[in-house]
Amino acid sequence: MTVVITLAYLLAAVLFILGLKQLSSPKGARNGNFIAALGMVIALAATIPQLHFTTTGLIIVLVGVVIGSVIGTVGARMVKMTAIPQMVALFNGVGGGAAALVAVSELLRLGAHPPFAEAFPSVFSIVIGSISFAGSMVAFAKLQELLTGTPITYPGQQVVNALLAAAIVGFVVAVLVIASIPFSFLALMVLAVVLGVAFVLPIGGADMPVVISLLNAFTGLAVAASGFTLNNFALIVAGTLVGASGSLLTKLMSDAMGRSLGNILFGAFGQVHAGAGTAAGAQGRTVRTSSIEDLATLLAYSRRVIIVPGYGLAVAQAQHAVRELAELLEKRGVEVNYAIHPVAGRMPGHMNVLLAEANVPYEQLKEMDDINDEFKNADVVLVVGANDVVNPAARSTPGSPIYGMPILNADQAHNIVFLKRSMRPGFAGIDNDLLYDPKTIMLFGDAKDSLTKLVSAVKAA
Amino acid sequence: MAQAADADEYAATLGDWTLVSNELLNELTFFVLAIFVGIEVISKVPTILHTPLMSGTNAIHGIILVGALVIAAGASSPVSVVLGLAAVILATTNVVGGFVVTDRMLEMFKGRQAARTDEAATKR
Repeated sequence: MTVVITLAYLLAAVLFILGLKQLSSPKGARNGNFIAALGMVIALAATIPQLHFTTTGLIIVLVGVVIGSVIGTVGARMVKMTAIPQMVALFNGVGGGAAALVAVSELLRLGAHPPFAEAFPSVFSIVIGSISFAGSMVAFAKLQELLTGTPITYPGQQVVNALLAAAIVGFVVAVLVIASIPFSFLALMVLAVVLGVAFVLPIGGADMPVVISLLNAFTGLAVAASGFTLNNFALIVAGTLVGASGSLLTKLMSDAMGRSLGNILFGAFGQVHAGAGTAAGAQGRTVRTSSIEDLATLLAYSRRVIIVPGYGLAVAQAQHAVRELAELLEKRGVEVNYAIHPVAGRMPGHMNVLLAEANVPYEQLKEMDDINDEFKNADVVLVVGANDVVNPAARSTPGSPIYGMPILNADQAHNIVFLKRSMRPGFAGIDNDLLYDPKTIMLFGDAKDSLTKLVSAVKAA
Repeated sequence: MAQAADADEYAATLGDWTLVSNELLNELTFFVLAIFVGIEVISKVPTILHTPLMSGTNAIHGIILVGALVIAAGASSPVSVVLGLAAVILATTNVVGGFVVTDRMLEMFKGRQAARTDEAATKR
């Protein structure tokens, strides 16, 4: 490495660190993203003059960059805000795939007997990068509802996964010791891809954000490993930064859900019985419904209303309708606040983004800890497309899969109104006793549709 | 260069440890230090920024594009051309998509931060 490129990489590394620092404070988050992007541009600009392009090499680089830029820009610009989580999964997956391909390419170049110091990180990058790629694609499919959001389990799943992992370790040793069996890298990639898929399948859709964060850290490590193979300082530092901060972020996310990472990753295996038990118990109970007009009157003559938005609101694109209803109520002197659960939506912070997009005033968005004591003073809690985050089972039923998760105290309000499409359980797949509470009124239907009707009924009230 | 030679000479006196080159030792140093920086730098992130932060770190590991460029630039055999092209496409998608989607998320908070900042700074 020449002096220029070393200094450029150092500058890029500093900018990445400053960018991350800014990204983790509300004040300068957007700046932080710009700073990190600037670091990326510097690292790339310093690299290109150092490369010895073959004609073919130049062509594939140009073609590749153009295609990748188009996919990246169009994908990121066109995607609906509700679909952001799966987009992040997709962008993470392709990064992992790229890291694996770089490592394969470098191993092929090094020939039959690569030195251990190059071979080991390459093999590591191939395995981790491929797992991240495949796992991210499954996470994408689950969030996009191409696959079911409920955990996919079968008997002996853990044994199969353990055997896959063992096979990979065996192959890694074979590749490192015997070196360069033809197609050994290909076999290793295939095995790692299968493990990546098998690893994410049994994890429920609601836990995908944590999985994506974990795979994000994996990709970081795969990139760092590719850096060791290529002896590239920028890759090592940036990849490791992401690996370390991504791991911590994964832990922070599972903490926000009140669960351990182990429970999220391997917890699905015991859930089958718990789900069946509560579903049976729900039969024979009745729920209370009401007319739009009665609900509108209830809302219009309340003093305090708290809105609990959930993913159902996002799916129905009802954020504008809910804002309209809130403004209407405020004009009548009703105090309206939004209670945002840390994992409302499908990613921490997701709901804030959606409501901000609908121009909901920032001051009305209250975090769980700030608003949980207010519920007992609320006349009406309007739960729009949320379920698990207000399920009292998290407090009262030790056997429940969500037991221990911090929830919003919606059950303490005087009246609880659920806008829901059906009695179907939430993402966690468990029944919610609050739906059967005498204080609860159900309004079935599409969230946006129901809200629009409520808006006109409140106007008339 | 003189320094590197000295270090190698020094390494040679350590017998079997010559397997570990001076360069690898440097890389290991960066690696370990970067782990600590990575953990330290985001230790106080409020919940509402978890998603943008994840997306931002996701964009940063798009640095693999540097690696993809290195292998693609010298590609000549059909296999290396295919690998190089695929790696460049995937890595570019990661970088460009990652930064653009993060910016789109943070754009939503624009103008809403002022009132929020003090409150959030005191939290956690």
